[in-house]
Amino acid sequence: MPNLRVNEETCTGCGICIKTCPFGALTLEGELVRIGDNCNDCGACVSSCPSEALILERPEQAAAVDLSQYKDVWVVIEYEKKGVSHVALELLGKGRDLADTLGSRLCGLILGESVSKLSQDIFAHGADVAYVVENPALRKYRTDPYVDAAAFLIRKYKPEIVLMGATTTGRDFAGALATEIGTGLTADCTGLEIEPDTKNLIQTRPAFGGNIMAQIVCRRHRPQMATVRPKVMELPKRTDGKKGEIVTEKIDFDEERFLTRVLEFIKEEGATVNLADANVIVSGGRGLGEPQNFKVVEELARTLGGAVGASRAAVDAGWIQYPHQVGQTGKTVRPKLYIACGISGAIQHLAGMQTSDIIVAINKDPDAPIFKVATFGIVGDLFKVVPILTEKFKKRLGK
Amino acid sequence: MQAIVCIKQVPETPNVGIDPRTNTLIREGIPSIINPFDMYAIEEALLMKDKFGGKVSVITMGPPQAVEALREALAMGADEAFLLSDKGFAGSDTWATSYALSKAVEKIGQYDIIFCGKQAIDGDTAQVGPGVARRLGIPQLTYVCKIREIDPGAKRIVVERLLEAGKEVVESKLPALVTVVKDINQPRFRTLLGIRKATQAQIPVLKPADINCEEEKVGLLGSATEVVRIFTPEPRKGGQVLEGEPEETCETLVQKLMDAKFL
Repeated sequence: MPNLRVNEETCTGCGICIKTCPFGALTLEGELVRIGDNCNDCGACVSSCPSEALILERPEQAAAVDLSQYKDVWVVIEYEKKGVSHVALELLGKGRDLADTLGSRLCGLILGESVSKLSQDIFAHGADVAYVVENPALRKYRTDPYVDAAAFLIRKYKPEIVLMGATTTGRDFAGALATEIGTGLTADCTGLEIEPDTKNLIQTRPAFGGNIMAQIVCRRHRPQMATVRPKVMELPKRTDGKKGEIVTEKIDFDEERFLTRVLEFIKEEGATVNLADANVIVSGGRGLGEPQNFKVVEELARTLGGAVGASRAAVDAGWIQYPHQVGQTGKTVRPKLYIACGISGAIQHLAGMQTSDIIVAINKDPDAPIFKVATFGIVGDLFKVVPILTEKFKKRLGK
Repeated sequence: MQAIVCIKQVPETPNVGIDPRTNTLIREGIPSIINPFDMYAIEEALLMKDKFGGKVSVITMGPPQAVEALREALAMGADEAFLLSDKGFAGSDTWATSYALSKAVEKIGQYDIIFCGKQAIDGDTAQVGPGVARRLGIPQLTYVCKIREIDPGAKRIVVERLLEAGKEVVESKLPALVTVVKDINQPRFRTLLGIRKATQAQIPVLKPADINCEEEKVGLLGSATEVVRIFTPEPRKGGQVLEGEPEETCETLVQKLMDAKFL
């Protein structure tokens, strides 16, 4: 039995659902809508139908666990040498809102070798509790010991929500942890709200490269897990001296069980590659013409203290390495300022940068699609424009 | 060496646009492609077969048309393919999908490495690979940009993972699951012989019962998350295009950026 059906009496044959279906599974046969074999019950059409003629039957199911046992909002605290990562602090800010709405506590989960000193930082950013596990097996992130530790604490303390930054580490961790616990996980959320009547977490996220937004709930399982990209949530204010409760758990790890080992880390040269953290990104595309012309882009990036990005065309041409690629098959970034030089603005590139605060586009083609999304556009020769821009910034910034 | 590659057929998103009148998605026909990251996964499995011999099996879960993606993988050089397709699988979220795929892997039996693309360009979650690894109880190595070494005798693999600030070198025992990023290799073209074999190949279509899936663990029933609403976001509007000579336009731009206090 198909889960999706059409109420033939109320269907007016308007065809709106046909356009809404991301999989093209709906067709019009005469005056009625027909559901094709490739319908996969995503439910996109249901809310789009003005006559409410589409019905997706979700079988009634009981909750998988006793939901009332689950309380508190947890944030998994990612950190580097210099301290707690920005994304973890941003999530503490959002977590505080969620905890306040639910009337529960905000807790941080800190796993590592000697990390209890990070608790002060998370209390200062709004956490009430720090759950800490310290063990040499946790010195560097590895999936298995981290999932073992987190799963142990989650099963013991039963949080209702667990948030994590959608960094490479976070996404590696979250997928494995959610499967281990047996609960729902929503990736790359751009919105998190509490549904007033059910108190469920409504998770909003982009799909199809950002062309559609989906709202997702995890009704029957706990904790409700979500990852959030850096720079999506606001950094909360810091209040030094705020007190909190530290709960330390000792876990015995059998290193023999862990089948992976981190051998070394090769840092990328310069600061020009960490696109996720950058507030300013200057990108180059096909319009640069030759690999050595990236110098022009690099000079502007350096002046602005930013990172260097690239379109797929530039990477495929071998002008710059893949870690710099921004777009659907590269990185998704959200800097305050994104300057696109000689980039036409193909939909796959936009998918990677269109949520930047300010977009500046420099291109000699006035019809380049990038101008449709740019906050400021300059139609001109980038080899004239970019150096002048660099000079002016140098003067203004006293460099 | 036995490789299993998990792939997904996805809509080719360049053709997805927004109709400003109705604020809905428009598609002209729906070209379907193998998820780009999965192409690199297929190629990496074929490179391993080139080097060590063995077999490459490809699996996918999807509607009946997904068999085309499997034929393409066979045409590139994969040895066998399996399609998981049934109404019972429809509506699966990543949790239910990783369950079904792991059951299919168990059915295939032997494997040294499971290859996946880092994420699908429609769902964009990157969750299925880790889910499959966890269910099979094998290590996961994600964001792999290079396989430095495979030692079949010692059952050992060394990879480079592409992280934000650089590359992490990790060693793991086999069997393991690897998710790969773009540019780890150059996917090969299909050969004429490959296309011919692929067109004639028998590709089993597996239902939940065929791979020992419990009904309530797949499809809508087996999903922990559900989509309650889909909407198109406010399209980002363009701003201003500055006119004039570079000297003027740059001056205006710098002023505007300083005014916007972005610095």
